[in-house]
Amino acid sequence: MKQSEGILQRLNRPWVLGLSGVLGVFVIWQFIAASGAVDDLFLPSPISVLSAGSEKAYSGLLFKDAMASIGRVLGGYALSMLVSLPLGIAMGTNRTINQLLEPLLGLIRYMPAPAFIPLLIIYFGLGELPKVLLIFIGTLFFNTLMIMDSVRFVPAELIEAARTLGGKGLPILTKVVAPFIAPQVIDAYRINMAAAWNLVIVAELVAANEGLGKRISLAQRFLKTDEIFAYLIVIGLIGLLIDLSFRVLLRRSCRWSI
Amino acid sequence: MNLSLTNVCKSFGRGSSAKLVLDNINFQVNSGEFVALVGSSGSGKSTVMRLIAGLDTPSSGSILMDGVPVKGPGPDRGMVFQRYSLYPWMTTADNVGFGMRLKGMAKPEVQERTNYFLNVVGLAYAADKLPKELSGGMQQRVAIARALAADPKVLLLDEPLGALDLQIRESMQEFLYQLWSRTGLTALLITHDLEEALLMAQRVHILASNPGRIVRTVEADLDRSNLSHLRVSPEFLSLREDLAQCLRGLSQELVTSS
Repeated sequence: MKQSEGILQRLNRPWVLGLSGVLGVFVIWQFIAASGAVDDLFLPSPISVLSAGSEKAYSGLLFKDAMASIGRVLGGYALSMLVSLPLGIAMGTNRTINQLLEPLLGLIRYMPAPAFIPLLIIYFGLGELPKVLLIFIGTLFFNTLMIMDSVRFVPAELIEAARTLGGKGLPILTKVVAPFIAPQVIDAYRINMAAAWNLVIVAELVAANEGLGKRISLAQRFLKTDEIFAYLIVIGLIGLLIDLSFRVLLRRSCRWSI
Repeated sequence: MNLSLTNVCKSFGRGSSAKLVLDNINFQVNSGEFVALVGSSGSGKSTVMRLIAGLDTPSSGSILMDGVPVKGPGPDRGMVFQRYSLYPWMTTADNVGFGMRLKGMAKPEVQERTNYFLNVVGLAYAADKLPKELSGGMQQRVAIARALAADPKVLLLDEPLGALDLQIRESMQEFLYQLWSRTGLTALLITHDLEEALLMAQRVHILASNPGRIVRTVEADLDRSNLSHLRVSPEFLSLREDLAQCLRGLSQELVTSS
């Protein structure tokens, strides 16, 4: 009982403040829009943005576009998580693999992922594959390097203790290294998810038939700024939800680290 | 059981930059003995421990366990580290059972032995707690139980009380000594604290620094039926003073030679 009160108290203030910040912006926004100081075309009021958004939601278009974008993100990012985990662990544990790959990854990491879009389109056309691959290559190297670092900083005592207890190679990896890095891996996935979410929108702005990014570029063509705002808010909300679910996963699965 | 070190030398680095840290270390630990190595920092005492544990290899000389050369770490030499080496995601019971699980021992047996050793260190009530919920002294008792549960022939104590407050240190010294006298285990203790070594060990080796070498060996044949009495007994104090002078002489030597 006492502990739950403690958590509530700790969560209470940041939540209230955070929400007030968001609401504050909406109030100021509404005030400026209502004052008529800025043209409606440039700054639609929150209310017209809301109605534009709900219109899209009722027609089912919003859900369909959101699903298309989320699907691409999940596909590309799942692939990135799957590949970066063994790669990061290998680079963190094996010196040869590390020396072979770290400079390469360090180099590729600084190549902006969106710059690969033209190449991907030339290679794979305009379908789903280039978008999924863009998310994959745009997040793989960050995930891998962060996982590699977490492996490198496993305290030597933990590994040596296991060795003096009779542990060797693989059991140490699965029973000591893996559980120790788990919270950091989940956190790396959470942080880099933001990049995946950015990239899907970029990919859709360039070429897509559906998706939230595609809708924004269409809305731009017809000067429907209220729709652009509505989609931006939806994109933000979905991102926030994904972030929160990673946080919940971390809390649930790695209680010891919090 | 017999652990013997013969002409053990260890240097780090190669060629002209090589630094000799251990010079001709010779000593033995026989079954049921409690032996201590005392030295200041830089005496290479932790290196001795790592060599015996098999976490490092000597540059020359031999380390034999029952006549067999030490090759790498193994559960016959249980180690308790200075810094907390418990697995933070495991409960007390899981930490204690870790070595047994690594050996592939059956679950009921692991549980039974875990309970037994938790009782030995007086922590049965904390079986389900995580390390972060335990005090420093309790954590070290768990680490000792974990090492004992793997059924080692010799227990290597690498400054196990070095990170504890003075008060807890004293009660932990009593605890360690009682543990040794009750269970008849064989123990090698490394410490910089002369009093600690003399309280518990029947034989104390004094290590000089740069390079680490044994300069004096004392058979501390004392009445240990009551450690708090022993601490203030004239016999104990004069022996301690005698050895303290030896250690002071060594550090004096170091100051004038440098």
